[in-house]
Amino acid sequence: MTNRATATIHGWLLLLPAMACLALFTHWPAVASFIESFYSTPKARRPARFIGLENYQQMLADPIFWKALSNNLWFALGTIPTSIALALLMAVWVNDRIAGRTLVRMAYFTPTILPMIAVANIWLFFYTPQYGLLEQITGLFGARSTNWLGSQDTALYAITIVAIWKEAGFFMIFYLAALQAIPPSLGEAAAIEGASRWTFFRRIQFPLLMPTTLFVLINAVINAFRMVDHIVVMTRGGPDNATTLLLYYIYQVGFGFWDTAYAATLTCVLLALLALVAFVQYGWLERRTHYQ
Amino acid sequence: MSAAPHPAPAATRTDPYAPKGLALTLESTGAILLALLWVLPLAYAVWAAFHPAEYTTRFVLTAPLTLDNFTRAWAAAPFARYFLNTFILVTLILVFQIVLGTLAAYALARQDFWGRDVAFVLILAQLMIMPDALIVENYRTLAKVNLIDTIPAIALPYIASAFGIFLLRQTFKTVPKELDDAARVEGASPLQVLIRVYVPLAKPTYVAYGLVSVSYHWNNFLWPLLVTNSVESRPLTVGLQVFSSADQGIDWAVICAATLMTSAPLLVGFLLFQRQFVQSFMRAGIK
Repeated sequence: MTNRATATIHGWLLLLPAMACLALFTHWPAVASFIESFYSTPKARRPARFIGLENYQQMLADPIFWKALSNNLWFALGTIPTSIALALLMAVWVNDRIAGRTLVRMAYFTPTILPMIAVANIWLFFYTPQYGLLEQITGLFGARSTNWLGSQDTALYAITIVAIWKEAGFFMIFYLAALQAIPPSLGEAAAIEGASRWTFFRRIQFPLLMPTTLFVLINAVINAFRMVDHIVVMTRGGPDNATTLLLYYIYQVGFGFWDTAYAATLTCVLLALLALVAFVQYGWLERRTHYQ
Repeated sequence: MSAAPHPAPAATRTDPYAPKGLALTLESTGAILLALLWVLPLAYAVWAAFHPAEYTTRFVLTAPLTLDNFTRAWAAAPFARYFLNTFILVTLILVFQIVLGTLAAYALARQDFWGRDVAFVLILAQLMIMPDALIVENYRTLAKVNLIDTIPAIALPYIASAFGIFLLRQTFKTVPKELDDAARVEGASPLQVLIRVYVPLAKPTYVAYGLVSVSYHWNNFLWPLLVTNSVESRPLTVGLQVFSSADQGIDWAVICAATLMTSAPLLVGFLLFQRQFVQSFMRAGIK
C-alpha cells in the first residue's frame, strides 16, 4: 500500500513539468475558449458579460463563416485524396529499381523540409499574371492571361495545388516504409498462384497498407484544418474571401478585428471538428482496419 | 521502425513483381517526369536568385550568374539577427521538449501508479488539439504575464509535446525490464536508471525526434507572426514575410534570394544527410 503511494507520487512528479505546460497551453485554452464563447468581447468601458448563445447566433448568420467552412471542406476534399494517391504512387515507384531512384525520392521529399512561408513566395511568383512561369507556359499555347490567385474561380484551386505539392512527399515515406516491411514471400506466393501485378497490389499490398493509409489520412485531415501559412502570403483570404479557411478566419477575427469572443466561438467549432475526426478514427476506422 | 526479419537478404531474392524491360522504362519515365515537376518551383527560384533581375523570366543559357541578389537581400533586412533568433528558438524548444518528454515518457512507460492512464489520455489530447488552433487564448495568457514579443513566448506552447512523449514512451517500453532491474539491484535510483539505461538506448529516437522538431519549428510561421513584432524576437520565417511584403516594389530576384537563404540550412542539411532525414521522419511516424 505504501509502495503504491510512493509510486504514485514519483509518477506524478515525473509527469508534472509536461502536464503543467499542457494544462496551461492546451487544456485550459480549450476550456477557456468554450467559456468565453458565451460572453461578449470586453471593450474599453464595458467588461465582458454573459450573453448566452448570441455569439453562436451571430456565427450562424455570418456569411463569411459559412464561406470559410465550405472553403475548408473543399480544400480538404481537394488535398486529402489527391495527396494520398500521389504519395502511394510515388512510394510504389521509388520502391522499384527505377533509374535515378535516390534523386527521384529526394525530389519528392524536398517540399516537406522547406518552410511553407518560403515556398509560398515561390508559388506566388509562379502564379503571377503576365510575368509568372505558369502564365508563360500557358501563353505558349495561346491561352488567355489568367490571374490565378486574383480570380474567385481559380484561387482556391491554386492554393490547393500548393498544399498537395507540399504534403505528398511527406506521406510517401510512410508508404515506402510500409511497402518495404511487406515480406517478399507474399510476392513469391502470389506469383506462383499466377496473380497479375495489379491483383497483387489490390488484394495484397493495398490491404496490408491500410494501417499506414489510416495514419496518413488522419494527418492529412488535421493538416487540412491547420495549413494557413501559404494563405497569409499568397491571398490573405481573398479575393472576396474565396480562400478564407477556418483557422485563417479565426486569425482575422482574433487579431485583425480583435473580436476575441467571436474568435473563441469559431475556435470551438474548429475544436469540435477535430474532436469529430478523433472520434471517427478511434470509434469507427480503427475497427475496420486490418492489422498485421 | 523495426523491419520484419527477412529469411534471406533482400538483394539475393528476386521480386517477381519488379517491372522489367519496357514496363521499367515507362515507370522510370513517369517517376522522373513527376520528380521534375516537383522540383520545378525550387529550380525556378534558384534561377531567379542567381541571375540579374532582367533574366528573372527570360531563360537564356548565356545569362550571367550573380550573387548580387543575395547581398542586396542580406543588406535590406537584419537576416543575421533573424538567423540567430531562429537558432535560439529551435534550440530552446528542443531542449525543453526532450527534458519534459523524457521524464513524462519514463513515468508512462515504466511506472505503475494511480491515474497513469488518465494522464496518458490527457497528453494524447494534444495530438488533436494542436497549439495552432488555440492562438487566441494562448496569446491572452502570454499577454497577461508580459511575455509578448519575446522568444520564450514563441516556444512556450510547444515545449510539452504529446508527440514526443508518445514516441519516447514507445521506445522506453522496448527496453528489456531485466536491464532496469539489474541497475536497481546495484542501488541506482529511478532517475539514475533513466539516465544510464533508458536514455542511451533511445538515442536513435532522440535523433529522429530532434530532426522532426527542428524542421517543424524552423518552418513554423503563424504563431511566431502573432507574438512577435520586433527585430529582436522575430524568427526567420516572420522576418522573410515582413521583408517580402514590405512595399519596396516587387523585386522577385531579391525575394527569391531571401527565400533560398532562409531555407538553406535545412535544405543543405537534408541534401547532406538525406538518408538520416528520411529515416527520422519514417521512424517518427511509425511508432
